[in-house]
Amino acid sequence: MSNPFLIGENMTGGYGRGADILHDCTISVAKGEIAVIVGPNGAGKSTAMKAVFGMLNLHKGSVRLDGEDITKLAPQARVAKGMGFVPQTQNIFTSMTVEENLEMGAFIRTDDFSNTLSQVYDLFPILKEKRYQAAGELSGGQRQQVAVGRALMTKPKLLMLDEPTAGVSPIVMDELFDRIIEVARSGISILMVEQNARQALEIADKGYVLVQGRNRFTDSGKALLADPEVRKSFLGG
Amino acid sequence: MEFLNAFVAFSNFVIVPAIAYGSQLALGALGVTLIYGILRFSNFAHGDTMAFGAMVTILVTWWFQSMGINLGPMPTALLALPFGIAGAALLVLATDRMVYRFYRAQKAAPVILVIVSMGVMFVMNGLVRFIIGPDGQQFADGERFIISARNFKTMTGLSEGLAFRTSQAITIVTAVIVVALLFWFLNKTRTGKSMRAFSDNEDLALLSGINPERVVAYTWIIVAALATIAGVLYGLDKGFKPFTYFQLLLPIFASAIVGGLGNPLGAIAGGFVIAFSEVTVTYAYKKVLIYLLPESLEPSTLVQLLSTDYKFAVSFAILIIVLLFKPTGLFKGNTA
Repeated sequence: MSNPFLIGENMTGGYGRGADILHDCTISVAKGEIAVIVGPNGAGKSTAMKAVFGMLNLHKGSVRLDGEDITKLAPQARVAKGMGFVPQTQNIFTSMTVEENLEMGAFIRTDDFSNTLSQVYDLFPILKEKRYQAAGELSGGQRQQVAVGRALMTKPKLLMLDEPTAGVSPIVMDELFDRIIEVARSGISILMVEQNARQALEIADKGYVLVQGRNRFTDSGKALLADPEVRKSFLGG
Repeated sequence: MEFLNAFVAFSNFVIVPAIAYGSQLALGALGVTLIYGILRFSNFAHGDTMAFGAMVTILVTWWFQSMGINLGPMPTALLALPFGIAGAALLVLATDRMVYRFYRAQKAAPVILVIVSMGVMFVMNGLVRFIIGPDGQQFADGERFIISARNFKTMTGLSEGLAFRTSQAITIVTAVIVVALLFWFLNKTRTGKSMRAFSDNEDLALLSGINPERVVAYTWIIVAALATIAGVLYGLDKGFKPFTYFQLLLPIFASAIVGGLGNPLGAIAGGFVIAFSEVTVTYAYKKVLIYLLPESLEPSTLVQLLSTDYKFAVSFAILIIVLLFKPTGLFKGNTA
């Protein structure tokens, strides 16, 4: 953990001129690993992720990607640096076809992206089947696949997912987690916020338990699952 | 024979004019709907943008005519059209730079932008009257008819004539070409797709690296082109008068809303719905009925449902009916 690929260190800040939501919060991901942020409602999980992505005013702390300080960069510039972000809601272009969604994901690329397109289709075969269908007509799980696929089109080195399994059935959730593991195996680091803490920690190399904008527990996913205090307070026994 | 005569009279006074008028409304409504979809406000200055584009086209047309340049049987205005489009594009881009960009940076609410666009409307309105004057202008030249009523009668031997004017034919053909080009652009090109993406989900479009200022600039240029073409076609068909263009705002908005704001396909459908309703409701059916009914039932009045003075009431009525029963418009648009 001496040299993480991405680290948001001692982040303190909030939205606009509002009160601070994060207090001295540190989140990091190593190359090709899955890091998961869990915690109770209102703990600032999504906020921590948005802070890493530059959607928050940080007045303390820094964000570094691959050793480079990106604290001052706008979210769009971070996309160009190799960060992919999948928002929790409204993460697809509903009126456009699946393929057009993926094309828009690759908008900043000037090279030929047909290879990446077929990689995404290999990862999510159902998307290839429905490539000419409007993304808004797909089921919840399929929409999430479109959203993840769109973010993968820039060939990011780090993929950030804000509750990718919100509102999908347990079977679809398992399937999505499998896909996310597959993405991580291809060398892409994953930072993920999850409501389904237990399942998410099972696949996590690293877990962060946030409470009221502060780091409460930080350990490997397995260790957190085994920790009696974490189990009692956050995993329902 | 009686039936054919009735049909020809109906075509001459209702179907052909309504198709031409519908094409003009559709082109106007497409501009309104694009602005609504991408810049997210109802642009009240659209009618006057049409007037400005048409005015530039007319001025260039006169200049061409004075130099003896013409298109033979076709109106010279078609040759001047690109200049009108360029003029209108410069005007709206300058307006955007000076006015709308300020409010965009402030993330002003749509209702504020609507009021702002009304201000822009008054300025453009004054600008057009200042340059070309408030009076009507004729600028159509070339062959007036493709088929004149008299020729049609001698050709078919019917007692009713079906006139097909050059301006009507040009309107319909141009509208088809422009709509086809627009849809090709929006659906097949990278820039067009980025415009649709921006309209669909602004935040995600920004996340994907789509440059909003570029999308906005493209939108204004396309809207200027659509407005100018609609304005010139309307002027060729019915004559140019600044005030009529201001009045056109109502049927154009009605078309865009009836079809579903933000939906280009809806704007076209809406244009024809409004045009056909307006023309059919204000047409005096006496002539047609005389052919169809036995002599004893012949109408003594004009059999006109509504005087043409009230034609704008038709747009209003349809607008209200659609908003009551299908608030998102006939096609799925954004909620108004």
